[in-house]
Amino acid sequence: MGRKREILEDDKPKKGPGRKTKKQPAPSFKALLGDEGPKKLSHKQKQRQRKREEKKAEKASAGAKRKATPTPNSRPSKKPKLLFDSDGDDDENLRSSDSEEEEMQDEFSEDDVLSDSESEALEKESGKKAKKNEKKAANAATPKAKKQQEKGNAKTRKQEKMAAPESDDEEEDEKSDSDSDDEDESDEEMDVEKASKKLLKKQKQDESLAQDELMLNIKSQEKFTLPSGQEIEKEDILDLVILSECSLLVLLFVTRVWGKRDRVVNASNSRSGGRGISHIRHILADFSERREEGRSRKEYLDQLCRDLCARFNYNEFLMERLLGLFPNEIMDFLEANEYPRPVTIRTNTLKTRRRDLGPMLIDRGVNVEPMARWSGVGLTVFDTKVPLGATPEYLGGHYMLQGGASFLPVMALAPQERERVLDMCAAPGGKSSYIAALMKNTGLLWSNDANRERCKAIVSNLHRLGVINSLVTNYDGRAMKKVFHSFDRVLLDAPCSGTGVISKDEAVKINKDEKDILRCSHLQKELLLSAIDCCNANSKTGGYIVYSTCSIMVEENEWVIDYALKKRNVKIVPCGLDFGKEGFVNFEQHRFHPSLRLTRRFYPHTHNLDGFFVAKLQKFSNKIPGEENKTDQVEENGEESAKSENKTDQAEENGEDSAKSGDAESKGKKAANSDTKKQAKQKSTDKDSETSKSSSPDKNKAKKNATPDKKNFQSGKKVAGKLKKPGFLPKKGFKNKKKGN
Amino acid sequence: MRRATPMVIIVLWLRGVRRPIFPCGQAKNMRPLTQEETNTFFEKLSKYIGENIKLLIDRQDGSYCFRLHKDRVYYMSEEQLKIGSSAAGDTLLSIGSCFGKFTKSGKFHLHVTALDYLAPYAKHKVWLKPSAEQQFLYGHHIMKSGLGRLTEDTEQYQGVIVYNMNDLALGFGVAAKSTLACRNCDPMTIVVFHQADTGQYIRDEDTLT
Repeated sequence: MGRKREILEDDKPKKGPGRKTKKQPAPSFKALLGDEGPKKLSHKQKQRQRKREEKKAEKASAGAKRKATPTPNSRPSKKPKLLFDSDGDDDENLRSSDSEEEEMQDEFSEDDVLSDSESEALEKESGKKAKKNEKKAANAATPKAKKQQEKGNAKTRKQEKMAAPESDDEEEDEKSDSDSDDEDESDEEMDVEKASKKLLKKQKQDESLAQDELMLNIKSQEKFTLPSGQEIEKEDILDLVILSECSLLVLLFVTRVWGKRDRVVNASNSRSGGRGISHIRHILADFSERREEGRSRKEYLDQLCRDLCARFNYNEFLMERLLGLFPNEIMDFLEANEYPRPVTIRTNTLKTRRRDLGPMLIDRGVNVEPMARWSGVGLTVFDTKVPLGATPEYLGGHYMLQGGASFLPVMALAPQERERVLDMCAAPGGKSSYIAALMKNTGLLWSNDANRERCKAIVSNLHRLGVINSLVTNYDGRAMKKVFHSFDRVLLDAPCSGTGVISKDEAVKINKDEKDILRCSHLQKELLLSAIDCCNANSKTGGYIVYSTCSIMVEENEWVIDYALKKRNVKIVPCGLDFGKEGFVNFEQHRFHPSLRLTRRFYPHTHNLDGFFVAKLQKFSNKIPGEENKTDQVEENGEESAKSENKTDQAEENGEDSAKSGDAESKGKKAANSDTKKQAKQKSTDKDSETSKSSSPDKNKAKKNATPDKKNFQSGKKVAGKLKKPGFLPKKGFKNKKKGN
Repeated sequence: MRRATPMVIIVLWLRGVRRPIFPCGQAKNMRPLTQEETNTFFEKLSKYIGENIKLLIDRQDGSYCFRLHKDRVYYMSEEQLKIGSSAAGDTLLSIGSCFGKFTKSGKFHLHVTALDYLAPYAKHKVWLKPSAEQQFLYGHHIMKSGLGRLTEDTEQYQGVIVYNMNDLALGFGVAAKSTLACRNCDPMTIVVFHQADTGQYIRDEDTLT
């Protein structure tokens, strides 16, 4: 590292004048040798020195005046205010975050100066401390600085010490100055290796001391005080007052300068946003070192959450969840949500090819370029002179406006020609038409959506894109299995909370809470079970189900899949997408099946796609575990089922540790076993609750049903092989149930 | 009343109603077209594609058929029909591709959704200049000034498919003048009446099917 002093090879002849040697001669440390001799300051240096000292004297006198009216109580409350409500609001808006940090430090250092001077106020009279400081300084300061001190009078010395951080900086500056000066001065030969070593040692010592001092200063500077509860309340009130008072003015001004989107962000940012956030994140990065005494991590996290909410306009619930999901990259994620994803279009391969469509659009004044490597049909639109949704090409069905993320589930589904494919929640038909394009208009594509109005969009889009193998219906997805249940592949793009597409719909930031998420999750579970039931495991080419959402919540993704793994004979298979992040196996209180690692998550900040989740399941048996004695499991509400899952979770995991997870049969058995166990448990709990009712027949029934079921599953594959018409199975079960009842 | 019974037809015939008779209520399930319906429908189709209709019915790649569902005529494969019948009823919104609909008075209207089948078999075509393209897509008739090319020997009131200069089908219409008459008229005369255009996918999304 760096240039090295040539000690031994000095006498060797040089090989040639290298370019580097011309530019930079090898460094010599001879300057240090000359420290015993008196040094001369240049005229200007002297002048500068004088000025500096004068300034310090002024400062010190001002500090002394301030000390005359000490306000000890105001200090702790003052600090956070300094942090959050700085007076230079308007200027700060314009500055970058970097400069903000610098500024913050400056402020702190000023604060320190004040506090130091306060504490010294009493001792100043005796002057003891001043002497001590002098001694310290003598040790710490470089020889150069020593000389300066000798020159300066005693008063200035004191003052210098009081303004410790600044003087340190100056010392360093001067050091470097003197270095360059002394290089010129000294021409002595090296009779003094020993001396130089000594000097080096000494210098090191000095430096380390200086460093210690500096660190001390930094430490005291870096303390960040959290506002107390009262202060937060106050701040809220202040927020209201200020916003109401100058909202009009500020907003008008800000909108003019920064444009519409940044409006509220900036308004809140100037007060409590940016600095607090970066500071708290800085502290949390090394919590044990940087925290304020007596404050817990939770307090910091809460404050961070509040600040982020204020800055980006989220509600606290959602922000907490996001913080849980992205402890490190939260800022990236939130920033990414402020900007829209690039507009992408999908070439309709039924009517044209991408290499034909591209030039055609460019002729129309649309600047397009092929999308990422993983898609052969996508085009990214940079800018356009014409409305993309109304060009004759669009109307002719040559392309579809579609987000990049919504290619993914269809690619994972990989439909083959002459298959029967179900798209359960199809509106507005983007994914459906992609499926049809991959099937090349053969076989059957059943597009279903529960919303009749949105179904019209499917019909229109499919016709426009020239899809002729389609069938559009308006069923509730949960009832689909009663209509038709022999599909080769099923795509379930479930309705969700939309937390992955905040950039598209900002309302999500505010209007989602715990209940919404759980409601979505519950619906998704029902839909997924229905989708699995619609799929035919005995299909020659298929038996696959793809589940996707545009949400990033674990409750709507991994949890749902995990539920399906327990309730049906399915296993997770790789999606065939070579990018994206792995799904969670452990998340907060959840412990999922290890194969959930095969699912894929996509985020706006990492992939520049909408937040998305894709999982591909393969059905290996049409048998529904515990169908016979199944009562109302599907209709159970989400929370209850969650509880029961958690109970059986551990047992299952233990079992699975012993066996390999990928094996279909063993898994099937296990799933069956666990399910029967579960049922037995539930039965027993039911029984307990309904002791007054005739419990004994119930019990018997449960036992009866449980045992043959187990048998069936232990001979797992055989049964599956025998079932040629899978569709009849559930019906049988249904009949049995009816009889039983 | 799901279908016109022979009795009703006779009664109406006696009253002087000489047009195809259709059920007054909406059919709940898909059904094949009756003879009259087939006649009206094919008559309309033949204006555009002539005797190529038989290519739609006798296909090499599988058997296809027309079905009437909620007054609309759909064209689908046998497999679709088989599976689709399990879903028929009020919930079935579309199956295969929709050709058009019967009006309450028994006429048949072709929809733009039939364009995919009409365009390849079309007998008479019209090409539009780029300036007139947008006009047509907004539902206007075609003037002489916007006409780029025209198939020879087009007769008056002949069905024509409208293309733009890149050979992209934009819709279809009816020739207001024969090819000969077109040559001599002034630029602001209407030469093709608008019937359907792809802009309807956006404008009439709700009523299209």
